[in-house]
Amino acid sequence: MPAFEYAPAPESRDLANLKPSYRPFIDGEFVDGGGEPLKTVNPATEEVLAEVSTASAADIDTAVKAARKAFEKTWGPMPGSERAKYLFRIARLIQERSRELAVLETLDNGKPIKESRDSDLPLVAAHFFYHAGWADKLDYAGYGPDPKPLGVAGQIIPWNFPLLMLAWKIAPALATGNTVVLKPAETTPLTALVFGEICQQAGLPPGVVNILPGAGDVGARLVEHPGIDKIAFTGSTEVGKLIQRQVAGTPKRLTLELGGKAANVVFDDAPLDQAVEGIVNGIFFNQGHVCCAGSRLLAQESVAEELLDKLRHRISTLRLGDPLDKNTDVGAINSAEQLTRIRELADSGEAEGAQRWTSPCPVPDRGFFFAPTVFSGVHQSMRIAREEIFGPVLSVLTFRTPDEAVAKANNTPYGLSAGIWSEKGSRILWTANRLRAGVVWANTFNRFDPAAPFGGYQESGFGREGGRTGLEGYLSV
Amino acid sequence: MSAPTLPAALADATRDDASLRRFLHGLPGVDQVGVEARATALATRSIKKSSKLWAIDTAISMVDLTTLEGADTHGKVRALTAKARRPDPERPDTPQVAAVCVYPDLVATAVDGLKGTGIGVASVATAFPSGRSSRQVKLADVALAVESGATEVDMVIDRGAFLEGRYGEVFEEIQAVKAACGDAHLKVILETGELVTYDNVRRASWLALLAGGDFIKTSTGKVSPAATLPVTHVMLQAVRDWFTTTGELRGVKPAGGIRTTKDAIKYLVAVHEVAGEQWLTPELFRFGASSLLNDLLLQRRTQHDGHYSGPDYVAVD
Repeated sequence: MPAFEYAPAPESRDLANLKPSYRPFIDGEFVDGGGEPLKTVNPATEEVLAEVSTASAADIDTAVKAARKAFEKTWGPMPGSERAKYLFRIARLIQERSRELAVLETLDNGKPIKESRDSDLPLVAAHFFYHAGWADKLDYAGYGPDPKPLGVAGQIIPWNFPLLMLAWKIAPALATGNTVVLKPAETTPLTALVFGEICQQAGLPPGVVNILPGAGDVGARLVEHPGIDKIAFTGSTEVGKLIQRQVAGTPKRLTLELGGKAANVVFDDAPLDQAVEGIVNGIFFNQGHVCCAGSRLLAQESVAEELLDKLRHRISTLRLGDPLDKNTDVGAINSAEQLTRIRELADSGEAEGAQRWTSPCPVPDRGFFFAPTVFSGVHQSMRIAREEIFGPVLSVLTFRTPDEAVAKANNTPYGLSAGIWSEKGSRILWTANRLRAGVVWANTFNRFDPAAPFGGYQESGFGREGGRTGLEGYLSV
Repeated sequence: MSAPTLPAALADATRDDASLRRFLHGLPGVDQVGVEARATALATRSIKKSSKLWAIDTAISMVDLTTLEGADTHGKVRALTAKARRPDPERPDTPQVAAVCVYPDLVATAVDGLKGTGIGVASVATAFPSGRSSRQVKLADVALAVESGATEVDMVIDRGAFLEGRYGEVFEEIQAVKAACGDAHLKVILETGELVTYDNVRRASWLALLAGGDFIKTSTGKVSPAATLPVTHVMLQAVRDWFTTTGELRGVKPAGGIRTTKDAIKYLVAVHEVAGEQWLTPELFRFGASSLLNDLLLQRRTQHDGHYSGPDYVAVD
């Protein structure tokens, strides 16, 4: 009998309306940037997708001035109910163009089309819809009768969820009356620039949203620009610390959403088959390029072996390959640099004595791919238990008692998220109360909702995004 | 009490009522939200071209072509057997179905109609569909089916006893029926729509496997909901875990409500990814269905001809 081979089912890349070049979006117009142009690459094929003109220091100046003017003349004084209309319009346009955006996101980022289509885009629209609802209700958000916006927000977002992180930053900023200058990641600028088109389509007043592609230097200049009132950054802890040093001593507000090394705690009374799904989703979703990824599995010793067997069986069924194929579960690593980093950390795991297991799935010859990998016999002292790998690599540790689970889960410089698997409600609550993490999921993982605040402890940053709490970061309270 | 091949831990589970209860309640729970989300996600696999054709042919070969009505007649059964022999007369390369499934009193007719084909004759017995009768009557029902030549027996479990927690009784009854089956294969119908929770489905699956059922089957088709994808996921996990523990291969049969090729393919994907590739055979996976076959035949023609031909091109038995 032939094996059940699923035929390739690629989404058409024509839907992305890919253009040969993209330009910065400043003061309501697409303009030539003065910076060194960069080429953005499809990580699944290593082919150049488009040339992107980047922002120079002068462009940043122009964008910040435009944002300031828009804040003072149009957007700031506008009644909340009017701002809401624009946000609703943007949300609807995102829905209308969601297929195009999903394909473009997949081309530029390497994530599977089923994730960009079924997870990213619906959430992007949901964030705009949710915050549109807040725009005229800020008086009732619990921050006083008439909370004021901060002014111009400088926002820097990472490459793992290019459009979703844009939504997390722009939607609350606009809802609360701020204007923004946003820098997308150097490797994934395309969807953010198409978002500029959506702002035009929605008739958003010029200057309210400005998008400046570029590398770290553009981000650094944006952070130190005196015309900025607030910096919101999502990215690595290392860069987060640099930004915090730069901002220190200035009146600028700051929120940081940084790295993580989340523990996924599986107790012996867990629904094991669903725990396996949760572990897979926790670490292999978006190739593990998730700051809240459940990269440390803490399994109770009495079920660890059974759980690992089930897990390996399940991971063997994950399909790795062309991200545009609707059957693909694990796509491409975003860049060659990231792939090198993942390889280096995985090798260190082996060198330090952990047992490496790699999915037998075929790996394409071209493009940046890394097969799902599980390390067992991992101990707290190993690098793969402490450092964020940001790739499809799971470290498995074991524990004997709930106290030990909590101690190990909290024994990390990070604190962004955690997962608990148990059929016992009291045990879930007991554990959740003791875990130092911004989000604790119970019997599920990687669930997001615009109404649920997201953010970290310790080296995972500070400030919250989403929900009523998330509005605080953009209000003068 | 239990088969000698069982590992000590499993054999011990069936020692008495109390240990059976402890064992079944000690199985890992099933998280409803999780299993339903997984079933939904897996159902989005996109199957095209050659894979689709392979899937259609495989699904046809897994069909238990079924008629279970009060109004069943010998004529109806004969028509069904003719259809089973040659599902699509114009296309002799169409695979045969796995079995024809009828009530015990019609088994002889089905056996006659399928002589020399190798197609199985399955019969529902044990006071199907409610299972509400004495043990004696149930076993007599099985005896009638087996003596008339049934090669497969589909029994119903006593859901009342299961829901009252009398697991030992259900276990013994399955064992007794299995003994009465002789060489015939035993499919144990759990009627998952009446068990309601996924935890119950998992426990009933293990109970049936422990008692020696060759197949676990979702439903009689008389209760709504009948087969669902998440329930089938849980049962596929049970046979997979059974295989891991004992090395024995047991089958799964969703029945009732699977009407379209699209649905059937979703089940095949689940078989492939939840249990494993080796379950993709009529020996270990069946569809209990009456109208599914026609849709499979129509889709098969569509794949071969490049256009859809319409319901009048297949027989409506």
